[in-house]
Amino acid sequence: MPKLQELTARETIQKIQGNEATAEECVHAVFETIHKLEDKINAYVTLTEEEALKKAKQIDRKLSEGKPVGKLAGVATAVKDAICTQGTATTCSSRMLKDFVPPYDATVIERIKREDGVIIGKTNMDEFAMGSSTETSHFGPTRNPWDMSRVPGGSSGGSAACIATDEAVLALGTDTGGSIRCPASYCSVVGLKPTYGLVSRYGLIAYANSLEQIGPMAKDVYDCALFLSVIAGHDPKDGTSVKAAPKDYTEFLKDSVEGFRIGVPREFFGEGTSDAVEKHVWKGIHKLEELGASYEETSLPTLEHSLAAYYIVAMSEASSNLARYDGLRYGYRVDKDDGDWATVYSRNRRIGFGTEVRRRIILGTYALSAGYYSKYYLKALKVRTLIRNNFEEAFKKYDVLVGPTMPFPPFKIGEKIKDPLALYMSDVDTVAANLAGLPAISVPCGFTDGLPVGMQIMAPPLREELTLQAAYTFEQNTPYRNRKPAVK
Amino acid sequence: MKIKHLSKKEVEHIAWLAHIELSDKEKTLFTEQFNEILDYFKKIDEVDTEGVEPTYHVLDLKNVSRKDKAEPSLPTEEALKNAPKKEQKFIKAPRIV
Repeated sequence: MPKLQELTARETIQKIQGNEATAEECVHAVFETIHKLEDKINAYVTLTEEEALKKAKQIDRKLSEGKPVGKLAGVATAVKDAICTQGTATTCSSRMLKDFVPPYDATVIERIKREDGVIIGKTNMDEFAMGSSTETSHFGPTRNPWDMSRVPGGSSGGSAACIATDEAVLALGTDTGGSIRCPASYCSVVGLKPTYGLVSRYGLIAYANSLEQIGPMAKDVYDCALFLSVIAGHDPKDGTSVKAAPKDYTEFLKDSVEGFRIGVPREFFGEGTSDAVEKHVWKGIHKLEELGASYEETSLPTLEHSLAAYYIVAMSEASSNLARYDGLRYGYRVDKDDGDWATVYSRNRRIGFGTEVRRRIILGTYALSAGYYSKYYLKALKVRTLIRNNFEEAFKKYDVLVGPTMPFPPFKIGEKIKDPLALYMSDVDTVAANLAGLPAISVPCGFTDGLPVGMQIMAPPLREELTLQAAYTFEQNTPYRNRKPAVK
Repeated sequence: MKIKHLSKKEVEHIAWLAHIELSDKEKTLFTEQFNEILDYFKKIDEVDTEGVEPTYHVLDLKNVSRKDKAEPSLPTEEALKNAPKKEQKFIKAPRIV
């Protein structure tokens, strides 16, 4: 029989509501796992054990009194440290926000609490979500549970690693250019980037706000759908929130892809794609065909330019967003105010920000500066329009587009961090979904030399259910979901 | 052949615009890395964008506003809680003039 921490969210809920275990026992089991493994994995920045157990007891009390409980009652949920939690430090894995304690909850946190989800801690990430390896964290890298010498992917590396190791049942991630899908792929869990605007960004510490979305990360596709149903929905506090009718995404999880038309853009298998990844993803596509879908190779030529366009837009937005960190209202501030305001600000920002964050702010400032604005920023936004149009055309012919999530398997810690451009290249297959605002999921599709490979499934805006149904069918008919990393 | 997009002097200037102090070693390193990254960014020059409108964000939203009605906001103590330096009800700023 599986141990309590090994259960999915659905199984945990069934156990608790069937009186086979209490919420307190379930949450406690997850914390025991955390205490056993955290020294090795480093998935968390902050743990909230005391509050979590208190909340679990409250749920148990409600149940024993026959009162109704929420959809996530008793489910141990981790939150990426870029999302504000009232009274609990929210650091963005940066020295700049090391001591920042938000006075309010993000809307997604309110929604989780409303459904009786139990928040157990804040997960490690690349500083300000800028990275694909969780190596730029001020609190040290998170390790890949499948091979401790390798990166877990990023920037939501802690969120993916804690699910893979049963250090959490569900986790929130954020995805600006692949930051949910990349670590989901590298840790062999499921991660979904929703359509831009589907999930409220209120209380998310901004990096590049026209690109980023909060999304669910989970042990399987069902949990991912359940979690999405809880966090999605219109929020008047977010000006870019979409007014879409709420859906219960679990209702779409049919074990069938009969009649699905799949497009496979050859640009997703471009230069730099490893043979092993290519092999496993194609195996996955053939599996979907075997299960009733039809596929066709196609071309979206604008994808060739998505990486450059993405980085220009992301850095430009970052330079503007992160201008707020002056060390006055919150954030790191040097002790001595020796000098005028500009000198003090510049020093706060030099010490408070790590190298990659400074690199992106400065390059973004350049891309927005007089004389270069139209050459870089405006040009990238026009390319973005063409990418979007290209997808729109493709989705007239196909229900979903499928390709690899990552071009190569997880790399070694330290392997790419000294060469920023090499690290940026790892986002080549994920950034297009952010530029176009599309939903995209990563689902485990195999292993190469013991390292996970993920398959990416993209759908038209607000058609999350298509990505979920295809991923669910794939998962139900393949063995990858059952494989667990051997961390002890 | 690689084009030199930025000199060390220019990097120094942009860093100043961004209000980020850099050490001399960092200026040299960043100049080298920026040139490499900007060289990659040249890729978008290949795209013909004549007559194409820019996409600032993907939603067809304009001027989302709420009713002009006062709602409760953070109490002063709460709002000041994260400020590293303060005095009474104020945040202490460095010398401006």
